[in-house]
Amino acid sequence: MKKVYRRIGEKVGFLILGLATALLVFVLLFILYDIFSKGGRTLSWEFITSKPLRGMTAGGIWPAVVGTFWVSLVTVVFAVPVGMFAAIYLNEYAKQGRLTRMIRLAIRNLSGVPSIVYGLFGFALFVLALKMGLSVLSSGLTLGLLTLPWTITASEEALKTVPFSYREGALALGATKWQTIRTNVLPYAVPGMLTGTILGLARAAGETAPILFTGVAFFWPVLSPFPKLLTSQFMALPYHLFIMSTQHHNITKVRPIAYGTALVLISLILGMNFVAIYIRYRFRKKYKRF
Amino acid sequence: MNDANRKLPWRRTKEKAIQHFFLVNGLFAVLVLVCIFSILFIEAYPAFKEIRPGDFLGRQWNPTSPVRESYGLGAMILSTLMVTFGAMLIAVPLGIASAAFIAEVATAKVREIVKPVIEILAGIPSVVVGFLGIVVLGPLLSKWFGTPSGLNAVNGSILLAVMSLPTIMSISEDAIVSVPQEFKKASFALGATRWQTLTRVTLPAASSGIIASVMLGMGRAIGETMTVLMATGNAPAMPAKFSDPVRTMTATIAIELGETVQGGIHYHSLFVIGVVLFFMTFLVNFVSDLVLRKYQKVSR
Repeated sequence: MKKVYRRIGEKVGFLILGLATALLVFVLLFILYDIFSKGGRTLSWEFITSKPLRGMTAGGIWPAVVGTFWVSLVTVVFAVPVGMFAAIYLNEYAKQGRLTRMIRLAIRNLSGVPSIVYGLFGFALFVLALKMGLSVLSSGLTLGLLTLPWTITASEEALKTVPFSYREGALALGATKWQTIRTNVLPYAVPGMLTGTILGLARAAGETAPILFTGVAFFWPVLSPFPKLLTSQFMALPYHLFIMSTQHHNITKVRPIAYGTALVLISLILGMNFVAIYIRYRFRKKYKRF
Repeated sequence: MNDANRKLPWRRTKEKAIQHFFLVNGLFAVLVLVCIFSILFIEAYPAFKEIRPGDFLGRQWNPTSPVRESYGLGAMILSTLMVTFGAMLIAVPLGIASAAFIAEVATAKVREIVKPVIEILAGIPSVVVGFLGIVVLGPLLSKWFGTPSGLNAVNGSILLAVMSLPTIMSISEDAIVSVPQEFKKASFALGATRWQTLTRVTLPAASSGIIASVMLGMGRAIGETMTVLMATGNAPAMPAKFSDPVRTMTATIAIELGETVQGGIHYHSLFVIGVVLFFMTFLVNFVSDLVLRKYQKVSR
């Protein structure tokens, strides 16, 4: 009798666990469904490629798309080399010791610092102290610092997947440490680093709090041509969604625009995620042949 | 041979230079952390000079009052703790349950689909989650509580739960999977069922990893800005119940920094909030790190 009771208890227990998981999957699917179904009604080529019109109650989101692109570019140019080099140091050169421990501790803590604190920091340092003003540059650098712990961690993971025998082979042939890294480690680690970088970038592109005080503008329809745009304010997709859903004077009228913006933003980020996963997948397949 | 020998010192210098170059990049992370902390502190310092420390302990935050400015952090710290607590109340059981399901119950095929799907949740930007809090969850809650607006602490808690769930689920699952097979086999050999093994052997053995995951999720919830800014109603008063609108520390910084005079007391007092926030998340991450390290030692 007790045995039957036990078996029923087990079934119920596993059922509850399954339901919890199903709930999570449902929440995700609901979010995607809601955004895609309602945003899809607004979405069109004109919506993406035209400027906001008539007090932002009509028109599209092109300036925000361009702004997000340029800020992300600054983020990448700044964060990726530093992140990769730091990872190369940690995985290839560093010896276990106080210095290495300190660096790792700093990286872990950096990844826990709230994004709004990065915003405060970027405002005080880049905008005011270094006199970069409210600009693409200030925002990009702030986001670059925010993504740094992710790019370092991802690059290190990629370096770790390269088998030790690759290094030993080169060293045994008399190559120096740097020659070994350049010819026998990096070529195999780069796709993995790329994956991590894209994932980090996808997160940076969706961040709002760090750019809030460092350069994003409510309405800035025309960006100047290349070198000058770095020092000007800009519009960005996540911030555009924020103002369209909270700050606009006619919230209900612009709701379709908000949904459309959310759709473009989420597609951009999911798209980057899929590209990253695809690169990793291709890389793994290629890797197996060796 | 001779030629190679002459090249050797140059090569050695070059190798050393390259190594130092990479070291500098590694140290950059330390530099950034030190810079963040010192700049926050330097910018907060003038406020400590002007405002008595006791005033920060007050409840009321009203730096722009024409009668008497007050700089109490009480209401916003309580707000932050309320939404974080509410979020954990939802996210911890759900996160651990789904982690246990994926690690121990689900078939390999289900696992390979469900885990990445839940990790996609982590990639959804906070501003999109906040937006859904306004347009979907808000109206629902307003009907439920009978209040004119559904933007309150409950709304924020649910959204923060959604945002911290992937972290909790993913790290807990790693912890459960890394429990040695011998533990489970021993339990089965003693006649325990799968359920008994899970609840009395596997989960306790994975507990430090699970606790660390909860702390990380909590850190994320405390520091999250856009979702709470959009979905909690932002009333800067002392909240009494979960259906009250609240204004967290992060939201206060986000709302007020753009409106202050640079160099004024109000401006500097916002950095005081930043310092407190920095320490809160630092503490939570530090504890999670300690727990996780203990766990790695044990499993080794």
